[in-house]
Amino acid sequence: MAWTDICAVEDLVENSGICALLNGQQVAVFLLELQLQERRVFAVGNYDPIGGANVLSRGILGSVGEQIVVASPLYKQHFSLTTGRCLEQPDVVIPVYRVKLQQGRVWLNAGQQNQQASAA
Amino acid sequence: MQQTKQILVIGNGMVGHHFVDQLRAKDPLAQITVLCGEAQLAYDRVHLSGYFSGTSAEQLALTTEEAYQAANIQYCLNCWVEQINREQQLVVTSQGGQFYYDELVLATGSYAFVPPIAGNDQPHCLVYRTLQDLEAIAQSAALSKVGVVIGGGLLGLEAANALKQLGLQTHVVEFAPQLMAVQLDQSGGQMLRQKITELGVQVHTGKATQAIVAGAQCRYQLQFADGDSLETDLVLFSAGIRPYDQLARSCGLAVGERGGIVVNNRCQTSDPHIYAIGECALWQQKIFGLVAPGYQMARVVVSQLTGGGLSFTGADMSTKLKLLGVEVGSIGDAHARTPGALSYVFIDPRAQVYKKMVVSFDGKRLLGAVLVGDTSNYDNLLQYALNDMPLPKQPEQLILPAASGAPIAALTLPDSATICSCHNVAKGDIVAAMDSGCCDLAGIKSCTRASTGCGGCTALLKSVVDDELKSRGVEVKNHLCEHFAYSRQELLHLVQVGGIKTFAELLSRHGQGLGCDICKPTVASILASSWNDYVLKKPHVGLQDTNDAFLANMQKDGSYSVVPRIAGGEITAEKLLVIGQVALDFNLYTKITGGQRIDLFGARLEQLPAIWQRLVNAGFETGHAYGKSLRTVKSCVGSTWCRYGVQDSVGQAIAIENRYKGLRAPHKIKMAVSGCTRECAEAQSKDIGIIATENGWNLYVCGNGGMRPRHADLFATDLDTETLIRYIDRILMLYIRTADRLQRTSVWMEKLDGGLEYLRKVIIDDELGIAAELENQMAALVNTYACEWKATLQDPQALKRFRQFVNSPDADENIVFVEERSQIRPATAAEKRQWLQQIPITELPVKALAEEN
Repeated sequence: MAWTDICAVEDLVENSGICALLNGQQVAVFLLELQLQERRVFAVGNYDPIGGANVLSRGILGSVGEQIVVASPLYKQHFSLTTGRCLEQPDVVIPVYRVKLQQGRVWLNAGQQNQQASAA
Repeated sequence: MQQTKQILVIGNGMVGHHFVDQLRAKDPLAQITVLCGEAQLAYDRVHLSGYFSGTSAEQLALTTEEAYQAANIQYCLNCWVEQINREQQLVVTSQGGQFYYDELVLATGSYAFVPPIAGNDQPHCLVYRTLQDLEAIAQSAALSKVGVVIGGGLLGLEAANALKQLGLQTHVVEFAPQLMAVQLDQSGGQMLRQKITELGVQVHTGKATQAIVAGAQCRYQLQFADGDSLETDLVLFSAGIRPYDQLARSCGLAVGERGGIVVNNRCQTSDPHIYAIGECALWQQKIFGLVAPGYQMARVVVSQLTGGGLSFTGADMSTKLKLLGVEVGSIGDAHARTPGALSYVFIDPRAQVYKKMVVSFDGKRLLGAVLVGDTSNYDNLLQYALNDMPLPKQPEQLILPAASGAPIAALTLPDSATICSCHNVAKGDIVAAMDSGCCDLAGIKSCTRASTGCGGCTALLKSVVDDELKSRGVEVKNHLCEHFAYSRQELLHLVQVGGIKTFAELLSRHGQGLGCDICKPTVASILASSWNDYVLKKPHVGLQDTNDAFLANMQKDGSYSVVPRIAGGEITAEKLLVIGQVALDFNLYTKITGGQRIDLFGARLEQLPAIWQRLVNAGFETGHAYGKSLRTVKSCVGSTWCRYGVQDSVGQAIAIENRYKGLRAPHKIKMAVSGCTRECAEAQSKDIGIIATENGWNLYVCGNGGMRPRHADLFATDLDTETLIRYIDRILMLYIRTADRLQRTSVWMEKLDGGLEYLRKVIIDDELGIAAELENQMAALVNTYACEWKATLQDPQALKRFRQFVNSPDADENIVFVEERSQIRPATAAEKRQWLQQIPITELPVKALAEEN
């Protein structure tokens, strides 16, 4: 599947999310600054299936144990950014997209879902 | 067989109820019948004066009819016993009811003694004993200005408190030369008198009342033996109690010379099938007028009836209580009557504290103590006295102020040490409860009932539990989350002392992991309370909770609502028009809020800047409806317009709202200002409530509406504006410094060791010496206030976040409105489905719920 150029890296917000439209789908893209110089980017569906609204890009990033998660801004369920699985309701899973930072741009790939997002 | 026995109880006071309760717990099958003379089942007589300060009869109740029914206890209210027929083992009531018994328990209690004074039977000459008495007092007080209590003992001072709460000019007349002559020595009595006089209650000691005659200025005049007189509208007798023993007398049971039904160590009367417990019982020529010994007697009889061998061996009459707000404690031999006894005395004339400790001739054992004005040493001293523990080498340390902070090591107490005397819970019982799995205070309270009586042992119980937990290697944790092994209070300290300005710095120095939706908003709030940076500044933006993150309140469909500040609820017609026009232009749903302002719903994320540009241009500021921060200062219209107002409540509310707007706190803060005592702004349901008086402002603190309503506590009265603001500054800053995450002021206050009194000491008396610091911190926050929306509109970087898609100008198609009552509302899921069917399939928003792979 082809990669789509979404926006400039500067359009991302450090340790927070933005929302992109990819072939009509809403995708939340998060930029995580772990330590100095170490950045990771994640992309998951923007739709919160429990709250029923397109809001996940506005959630708070964090970790639960070893898992990197986003907390829904509506009712605070945690979704893994690597598997898409909801920690509180494991039968609920959101799509995970491949994403990369290249040449100062953010690229999304709609093809493969729920696989480890690539690090930059 | 015990189970089939018919047990009849006469009287349902605190002791009678305790007996029934205990017997049912021990013997689920016993046939129990209760004859109750009053119109309701047992209630808390110890806290009776609370009835006049807002405690309802329901709150005073110790049980309910439903509870008795559920426990299969027969009861009969308004039921007066006429006669006991001992041969037939039959009780006859005044209505003619007949009740047979196998065992009869007399818990008839006592009645208020009315001294034989001429004129004591006139209207408005009352006693203070039952709920019915209280109602009579309230009715009489409504027609009176001055009230006198005859009797300066413990109950008399309680009664004086009641009159004072009813707004009467209150006097106490005591025959003895001092107040509380039974429990206090002369100097203690003097200190108590001084303190009570300063609280506005006039004390007359050494006065023998001879007659109550018609008065000149008031309804009555009391004439004293020494020729003096005192005018009053209401007379309340509280000159001691007398046991209700007429029933026992008339059926030939042995009674004491001065009253009281004679009982042995098994609490049996001279008839082995009849027991007497509580204030009607006379044991070794003594009547015990406190609830704890009564409970002890009740347990003795339960034990006798269920085959146990418990016996009554006397009771400790030590007591600790608050009279008219003055702390008073008395332990054991308060008068140092034991031969050879020595006394240590500490007097602080400035704080008006008196403490005396009576020790044995060799200084090794504590015999008694008197505490007035400060009973913080009471629990410690009582343990030494009750457990006969050897005193430290310098026993005076136990009452000197320096030692106040060092409570007795709970670990050193023997297992037999009584922790809760109301329910007779020993340290061993608490340890056993912990062995069986209870490991928090609430669990231990509900399983042992410790500290659920008078509550005097709360602090001691906590230290027993904490020490025990520590000795078991259980760490008592108050950690914020898995990323920080600190409480909110500790984190705030780390931030302020370390000068830490960002979450990343705090995490790298004191935390682990990446943070989460618990610690990030908490730290964001701490940073804002400490340094007041713009909350959407780069390092802070990712920390903000849902609403703070976009300076608006997210609704269920992901749209937002917008609330401009309308300080004090005052708004010009021009500004109203602006809000209306903005709502029309952006098609927003409008609703008036409970905080006297206007909420605009249905704004899309990308519309927020344009909406706010219009509002800011018209002079509006953000209302912080999204923040854990000051929301509104509600006001009534006050003296400017209202016929009853005594101060300008609107002006005050606006000034206060503008002072504290934007202040980030552990939770939201609501305030209100009322212009007179009619309280139309409902200030007593707010975190900070202010009510105007003729002389200034009364300050109420830590109230709450909402899920768990709490009336605010009256903190200080008749303040001028400057003092009022100073106190609010200090209280809010202390709250910000010490509260837990998402802890409203009401819960904060309830958890605060020492409660309201402690808060007064810190805020008014500056006991911790931090008042100036608190004020300076507040001043710094007030001076750095900036409207967050104004700042956002001027910051292109911040504005970039306010768009639905980074790569498209489209709107979120999942936000759909329909019309209802001429305004928009979010479409329901069903309505959205219907709407989806009407548009071509190619334009469908993609269903984002993924399949599992």
